[in-house]
Amino acid sequence: MSAEIRDVPPPGPLADVWASFTENKGAVAGLVVIVAIALVAILADVLAPHSPIEQYRDALLVPPVWAGGSWSHPLGTDDIGRDILSRLIHGARLSMIIGSIVVTLSLVAGTVLGLAAAFFKGVTDIAIMRLMDIMLALPSLLLAIVIVAILGPGLFNAMIAVSIVTLPHFTRLARASAMSELTREYVASSRLAGAGSLRLMFMTVLPNCLAPLIVQATLGFSNAILDAAALGFLGLGAQPPTPEWGTMLAGSLQFIQRAWWVVSFPGFAILVTVLAFNLMGDGLRDALDPKLKR
Amino acid sequence: MTAVMEARGLARHYELRGGVFRKGLTIKAVDGVSFSLNAGTTLAIVGESGCGKSTLGRVLALLEDATSGELLIDGRPTEGEKSAKDPALRRSVQMVFQNPYGSLNPRQTVGRILEEPLAINTDLPASARVDAARAMLAKVGLRPDHYGRYPHMFSGGQRQRIAIARALMLNPRIVIADEPVSALDVSIQGQILNLLMDLQDELKLAYLFVSHDLGVVHHIADEVMVMYLGRPVERGATEDVFERPLHPYTQALLASRPRVEVGSKAPRPLLTGELPSPLNPPPGCAFHRRCPYAQPYCAEVRPEPRQVLGRPVACHYAEEIAAHQA
Repeated sequence: MSAEIRDVPPPGPLADVWASFTENKGAVAGLVVIVAIALVAILADVLAPHSPIEQYRDALLVPPVWAGGSWSHPLGTDDIGRDILSRLIHGARLSMIIGSIVVTLSLVAGTVLGLAAAFFKGVTDIAIMRLMDIMLALPSLLLAIVIVAILGPGLFNAMIAVSIVTLPHFTRLARASAMSELTREYVASSRLAGAGSLRLMFMTVLPNCLAPLIVQATLGFSNAILDAAALGFLGLGAQPPTPEWGTMLAGSLQFIQRAWWVVSFPGFAILVTVLAFNLMGDGLRDALDPKLKR
Repeated sequence: MTAVMEARGLARHYELRGGVFRKGLTIKAVDGVSFSLNAGTTLAIVGESGCGKSTLGRVLALLEDATSGELLIDGRPTEGEKSAKDPALRRSVQMVFQNPYGSLNPRQTVGRILEEPLAINTDLPASARVDAARAMLAKVGLRPDHYGRYPHMFSGGQRQRIAIARALMLNPRIVIADEPVSALDVSIQGQILNLLMDLQDELKLAYLFVSHDLGVVHHIADEVMVMYLGRPVERGATEDVFERPLHPYTQALLASRPRVEVGSKAPRPLLTGELPSPLNPPPGCAFHRRCPYAQPYCAEVRPEPRQVLGRPVACHYAEEIAAHQA
């Protein structure tokens, strides 16, 4: 019997990353939760039993169904009779949007700034990095509050503020990995091929710096949700009646003794989402970094 | 035959900025290099680590500006990195790097790596670029279906073939090879050297071959330039230099070659001491502290290259050494 040798296509880099990612149980759990939250966010209009802002005046502060409430409001209602489950479901949509927009803004801006600092060195580098150092020297929430105070409160301005606050992390990371890649010979050979600065930055070097940036982006997602919730809690982010988790927390603080469900569920939603993103980010870091591979 | 590349007094100096307590320094990594290289021939640059041969390679590949001196490519004067933007010059000179594990972008397929020079420098349509890349793969001894693979799927020798293929994509007249085989196994070295020599015959390439391996140099080079501490000390046809080295450093370098000769116990004038720091080069002849023939005069006046037996040698006593040898 002759052995048949077939030309098996080698596994692509994505399949490789996926294989080491799935070895990490926590990371997969995080991914499942994130996909679930994303689905809930997309299907919010279908899934939510009530409108998130409709007030049921005959059902104020109704407890959840297992604590004596009714099935019409499974997680109870808040002080003005809005259905908490519906508000949480619509809040998921908001949190996902906040996370995506904040991470996209700061990832793009941070990467461009970091690459520029690494490429042009000298004055450009010093100007960009000292500015980032100054931003890092201020407590992030305080800086965000200052920016919102300048721009005016509101969800969109809060997102801009959080993007600016998380910018230095992306900039530093992009600069550090770009600088180590720039010394490699493939950059010199790309230059020999006649590549200009822009091509070198975005086509040659950037793809090799992506791994740490992707990890930071996932972790930044949870930071963004947390910071936006904190701004909402302080009354500087989403304004009532927008069903944003942080804003929901803030509006119901006074009932923490009388009606625990009003405070607990938004807090729990934030906790689960942030935890899921952190777990997935850690798993991604292990999967993308060849040095941590077994 | 006209020279495709000509260097006249080429130098590359690095400035070290001084701190509060020390003066700024100038490192003369390359100084006073002159040569001319004809189409279809190979000039080898040899010397021990740190003698500036790789820096010279980068200057010649237009990756770095020369501090002074002239570099003519195809008879056209160049201005370092500025000229690198000139597509005609960029196409004339290409380079193969030492380490095939670092010189290929790990995130690009072989096809994209090979097509990049064409995409930047020519207006060939995409399909023509693909054909050119596949043809080049075949030419360097790889299969055209390696086109879509990533560099990490290849062995060191195959990667070096890819690096050579990329260097040839633009049909250069000059290829600068910076120790192209020293990172490879000995068995693979021979294959790559033969490939380089075949390609030279076929494409009339001029090679500037940077190496510290004298066996390889003897095999491949038509002309040899020996460098010491950034300066050329002797240049001549390979056979002449290997048969009758005139500079004491060349003699020591050749004597340090491992040789298998039964019963031969020729005295070896082995070198003592280390390569002096280029930060603080010795006065006079840079080699005088290690030279067996050194005279007090050597420590005072730096010898300039002059014609001895028809080739430039930078030694005050080259004639005496030549006479002593004969």
